[in-house]
Amino acid sequence: MTHIAVLVEHTSGDVRQSTLEALTLARSLGDPVGIWIGEEPSSDACHELGRYGASEVRHVPAPDQSTYTAELMAQAVIAAMGEASVLLAISTFATKEVLAYVAHRTGAGIVVDAASAAWDEGKIVTTQTVFSATWNVRTAIQTPLAIVAVRPNTTQAQASPEPAGAALVPVECEFTQPHTTVLSRTSVKQQGIPLAEAPIVVSGGRGTEGDFSLVEQLAQVLGGAVGATRDATDEGWIAHEHMVGQTGTTVTPALYVACGLSGAVHHRGGMQASGTIVAINTDPDAPIFEIADFGVVGDLREVIPATIAHLQGR
Amino acid sequence: MHVVVCVKFVPDLQSQRSFTNERVTRVADDGSMNELDENAVEAALTMVEAHGGEVTALTVGGTDAVAAVRKAMQLGAHHAVHVSDDAIAGSDVRGTARVLAAAVTTLQQERHVDVVVTGMTALDGMTSLLPTMLAAELEWPALTLASDVELESERATIVRHLPDVHEEITAPLPAVISVTDALNTPRYPNFQMIMAARKVEVTTWSLADIGVDSARVGRDAAGTRVLEAQIRPPQENREIIHDTGDGGQRLAEFLKTRGFA
Repeated sequence: MTHIAVLVEHTSGDVRQSTLEALTLARSLGDPVGIWIGEEPSSDACHELGRYGASEVRHVPAPDQSTYTAELMAQAVIAAMGEASVLLAISTFATKEVLAYVAHRTGAGIVVDAASAAWDEGKIVTTQTVFSATWNVRTAIQTPLAIVAVRPNTTQAQASPEPAGAALVPVECEFTQPHTTVLSRTSVKQQGIPLAEAPIVVSGGRGTEGDFSLVEQLAQVLGGAVGATRDATDEGWIAHEHMVGQTGTTVTPALYVACGLSGAVHHRGGMQASGTIVAINTDPDAPIFEIADFGVVGDLREVIPATIAHLQGR
Repeated sequence: MHVVVCVKFVPDLQSQRSFTNERVTRVADDGSMNELDENAVEAALTMVEAHGGEVTALTVGGTDAVAAVRKAMQLGAHHAVHVSDDAIAGSDVRGTARVLAAAVTTLQQERHVDVVVTGMTALDGMTSLLPTMLAAELEWPALTLASDVELESERATIVRHLPDVHEEITAPLPAVISVTDALNTPRYPNFQMIMAARKVEVTTWSLADIGVDSARVGRDAAGTRVLEAQIRPPQENREIIHDTGDGGQRLAEFLKTRGFA
């Protein structure tokens, strides 16, 4: 069966949830093999990848920190993917750069931010949205190697009925001298689930008037991550990492709850492809209501506490 | 120094438009320079204001794409190049990068290019692939998603804030730098600048002018092909209620019905 290479995202040695989604999708296309760049994966991590169908985990030791950039990551991916006919990864800014280098080196056709990928008459066909998620597009990749970056939460992760071996295969990579040097790298501590991967996102905007506590409480009750508009992060009401929108994080959760935000085009572009959209806003003409499945015209200071009370009261 | 800023013409996201023959068709005035490219133009202008030199705005696309470089000139770009050729139609990102790289190389022959600046993404497709692909094509360093840029003695050093990591990255010039909207606040063109921009001639190049084989770009050379594009149907079955005291309860019930609580 044809090999589907999956670029594994991992944090502190743990496999990220989004990679399990990618493996689930990969199983529908062929035989998944994981590509692990960095410190050698633990047996637990390999076992986890095997549970989701990876027959191999191809491990490439990372180059040193100062040169650990997209350019060299791409060299590692190319060394590890071998004869795979599809390279699957999760769409993030960092991964898209890696894939751009891989596409350039291999001549492969590339689609990013895809919601799905399937074989159709011998070609990989993807679906994705463009123009701030107002259009749906289907694209066929024309090249023998297809590169696809999928958005988190677009496939529901399901363990394979038959776990695969996940054999650890060391891969050697001769890295070339990179064009750039990393002077410093600081990890950002993210509380809870990363925003881009969260299945539920509760966001606040101007309507919070600077107080995000209710938004945070609702996120906690629903088990979601906290998002914000550009206005809110610019005002310093909440850290920049929470910004949802075209220049912040693009999210596609199963549920998006928009609290006190109007839904400007820049914000909608970062969340419009979400599964279910709920909006709370005092202005009945707010554009967010045009894309909401359920909207409450009202003050979030009254609606959110009442919602929480009813959710907890059951 | 000589800074080239790549700008893209994008359709107005608020207006009606359609895909036909796998391309976007537009009516006149139904589009403009990609908004995030304003930050790239601003960055380029700031560089030459600090270090001396000139800015060349570069775009690739059909006849209407000239509006993008015109906008860049209104903002203060000194020169403008528009690469336009029927054979470019249907190019994927690699084809576009190939054309832009060839245009930069052609500009180099006349005058050394120190930096190519781009926006972080174009608001139509939002793939963010082009800056990296362009750097790979030129075999130059890619310094992407910069929210701070320092140029000093033939080097560029940027700061970038990704969702999970903050990085400071440096590279020798020439380099491709993509900038975010956090880097600067774009200036507004005043009346004099708009009038002055009208008088500047835009250089138009065909593929032959920049030495690109037309077989290597366009639809037939593209690694991807759009099969179908449809406007997403408007949200149906919307339920919008006015809170008369029971808004929270009804929202909670909706969430339970949908299985979220």
